[in-house]
Amino acid sequence: MELNRRQWLRGIFALCGAAMLPSRLFAATPAAFKATDAKAVFQDLFGDLPIEESDAVNLRTPDIAENGAVVPVSVSTDIAGVESISLIVDENPNPLSASFNLTPDAVPDISFRVKMGKSSTVRAMVKTSDKVYMATREVKVTIGGCGG
Amino acid sequence: MNRREFLDILWKASLTAGLTGCDRLQNISEADYYALPVQGDARILHITDTHAQLLPIHFREPNVNIGIGGARGRFPHLVGKNLLAELSAASPRDIHAYTYLDFTESAELFGKVGGFAHLKTLLDRLSAEAGGALLLDGGDTWQGSGTALWTRGRDMVEACNRLGVDVMTGHWEFTYKDSETLENAKKFNGDFVAQNVKATEDALFDGTEVYDEDSGHVFPPYVIKTLNNRRIAVIGQAFPYTPIANPRRFIPDWTFGIQEQDLAELVAHIRSEDQVDAVVLLSHNGMDVDLKLASQVVGIDFILGGHTHDGVPLPVLVDNSGGKTVVTNAGSNGKYVGVLDIEFGASGISGYQYRLFPVFANLLKPDADMQAYIDSVRAPYLDKLTEPLAITESLLYRRGNFSGTFDQVICDAMRNVLDTEISLSPGFRWGTSVLPGETITMERVLDQTCMTYPETYVREMSGEELKFILESVCDNLFNPDPYYQQGGDMVRVGGLRFSCAPNAAMGKRIDNLQLNDGTPLDASKRYKVAGWATVAAQAPGAPIWDVVADYLRAEKTVNITRGNNPVLKGVEGNPGIEDYS
Repeated sequence: MELNRRQWLRGIFALCGAAMLPSRLFAATPAAFKATDAKAVFQDLFGDLPIEESDAVNLRTPDIAENGAVVPVSVSTDIAGVESISLIVDENPNPLSASFNLTPDAVPDISFRVKMGKSSTVRAMVKTSDKVYMATREVKVTIGGCGG
Repeated sequence: MNRREFLDILWKASLTAGLTGCDRLQNISEADYYALPVQGDARILHITDTHAQLLPIHFREPNVNIGIGGARGRFPHLVGKNLLAELSAASPRDIHAYTYLDFTESAELFGKVGGFAHLKTLLDRLSAEAGGALLLDGGDTWQGSGTALWTRGRDMVEACNRLGVDVMTGHWEFTYKDSETLENAKKFNGDFVAQNVKATEDALFDGTEVYDEDSGHVFPPYVIKTLNNRRIAVIGQAFPYTPIANPRRFIPDWTFGIQEQDLAELVAHIRSEDQVDAVVLLSHNGMDVDLKLASQVVGIDFILGGHTHDGVPLPVLVDNSGGKTVVTNAGSNGKYVGVLDIEFGASGISGYQYRLFPVFANLLKPDADMQAYIDSVRAPYLDKLTEPLAITESLLYRRGNFSGTFDQVICDAMRNVLDTEISLSPGFRWGTSVLPGETITMERVLDQTCMTYPETYVREMSGEELKFILESVCDNLFNPDPYYQQGGDMVRVGGLRFSCAPNAAMGKRIDNLQLNDGTPLDASKRYKVAGWATVAAQAPGAPIWDVVADYLRAEKTVNITRGNNPVLKGVEGNPGIEDYS
C-alpha cells in the first residue's frame, strides 16, 4: 500500500511513541553538545578528519525562518558509507543541534527541527570513515512585519 | 525641475514617440495608444497588486528605489530620468506612468489610472485582438480598500471573476482567516495556484484541509492552460514570507518560503511529463527575488512578477545554466497591464514581445457591466467612503524606500492623537496618491491603511529596541542577497531622525538617532512609541484609519512637502535616487 504524507506522518508518530531511544545511541558525546563554538564541535566529533564542502550534501532550510523556535531542516546525500550526519548552528549558544549515527543500511535522509536564537550559518556535516563532507546555508531569523 | 524643463522633456519625448507636438497629447485615442499588433501564437495578459482599487486612482512611482550590490543601477532600481535613459522611446504619457517626474502637473494633464471597469475594456480589447488570451493575476488583489476589508475580499473575488482572471496566486489574500482564504479561492472561477504553500506537518497530522495529501500542497502548485493549441504551464509562487511579514495567526497551519529546490523539481517534472510548449511562473516574490531565482532555476521561460510594485517597462533577460528566463514586473494599483506575446517555432519558443501598458482611465471607455457591479459594491458604504476629512495643499503619496508624505500624515496623526514622542508606520508599498488641492476622503485614508490587523498600540521602548527595529527592517530592504529581503520599504518614523547607510552590514546601517529636537537617542532610556500593524498578538488600540481620520478632521488642511527621511550615506550617484532631500 502506498502511504500518503498524512498516513506516513501518523506512522512515524506511533513509532516514536513506542521507542524512546536510550541516550547511548546518540552519535555525539555530551561534550560536543556542550561545546560553545563550532571549532570545538568539529574537534570533538571529527578529530583530525579532513572537512570539505560538497555539493553531494543536500541541506534544506528556509532562507528566513518563519519561527526561530522550530526551524525545519533536512539533510540527505548519495555519498556512500555515511557514518553520521550532524547539524551545527554557528550562532547558537551550543552550536551542535543534532547528530545522528547511521547504520550501514540506513538511507542518509533525515528531517528534523532546530531552535535558532538569531540569524546564523547552518552546517550539515556528513561523516564517512576518511572524510567529512559539509554543506552550509545562511538562515535569517528576523522580526516580522512591514511587508509590502 | 521647473515647468520649462518639464515641458522640454515632454517635447523631446513626444518627438521620440513620433507625435507632432504637445497639442496632441490629450487628443490621443484609445485606438492609437493601445494599438499592439499580435506577434506570435499566444497572448498572455498580466495584472498584479491591484490592491482592490476598483476605481481609477493616482499612483506616484518612487523617486527612491535603491539597488545595492548586484542590483545597483539595474531594473527595477532605476528612477526618474535614469529609468527614462533606458528607454528608446517614451511618450509623455509613458513618462508620467513610469516615473515620479513632475507628478502633479502630469497627473492633472493625463488624469487617473486603473479602475476595474477601465481594465475590463482594455483587457477585452487586447484579448480580442489575439483571438483569446490568458489573463494572469499575481495577487494582492483582494486587499487594499474599505469594501475589500468589509466583504472579507469577496467583492474582489467577484470583480476578478467578471474581469475573467484565469489563474492567480496570492499574498495579502492570506491575511484573512485561512478558512476565509480557502472559501474565497473556491468562489474564484479561475485557478488559485501556489507551489510554495504547504500545510505544516503538525497541521497535516491534525487533519487540516489540503489540495494534495501526498505533497501537503494547500493549493494546486500549477495548472496547464491551452491557448491556440499551445499548452502553457502556469506555476504559482505566492509571497514566500507571508507568515513573517504578515500575522502568522491568521494562517497558523500553512508554511511558505521560496522553495527554490521544490520549484526546480516541479519545472523538471512538468517539462518531462506534461508535454508543455511554455512554462510561466506567476510570481509574488518581488522582482529582485525573481531575478535571482531566474539565474538559479532552469526551465522557466517567463517569470511574470509582482509584489515590489515595480512598473518595469522592459523585460529583463536572465541567463542560467540551462538557457534564459525573461523576468517582468507589472507595477501596482491597476495602473498597468503587461502584454506578453509568445511566438512558437519548430523547436519551442522562437520569440516574444512584451509591453507594459499604463491604464489611462480617460483613454478607455469604462465597461458598463463592470461599472454597475462596482457601483453596487460601493453603494452600502458610500457615505463612509466619501466622507471629506481634510484638504491637502501638497501632494500626498507613499511609495519609495523612505517616508512618503502620506506616511508623514499617518506618523503625525499617531503622535498627536495617541500623544507619543515617537511613532512608527510600516513601509507598505500600496497606498494611492492625492493631488494638491484635493479633498482627503475616508476612502483615501483606507487606501493607505485597510487591512485585517489595523490596531494601534502605545508602549514604551528603549532607544536600543528602536534601533534594533530600524536595523532589522532595513536589512529586510537592503540585504545584498535578495532571498533575505521581504519586499517592503523602510519603516516610517515620526519624532525621530537618523542616518542610513544601505551598503553597510546588518546592524551597522542606522546611526545618529535623534529626537526631533536634536537630542541624541539614549539606548537605555525608554520612550513612548505609537505604531500599528503589529504582526504578533492583536494590539489593543483603535484602528489606524480612525486615528488618522480624527487627526485630519481636526486639522482641516495638511501641507507636507517632504517625508521625515534619513540622511543617506554611501549611495551618492546611485541611479535609484533622484530629488532626495
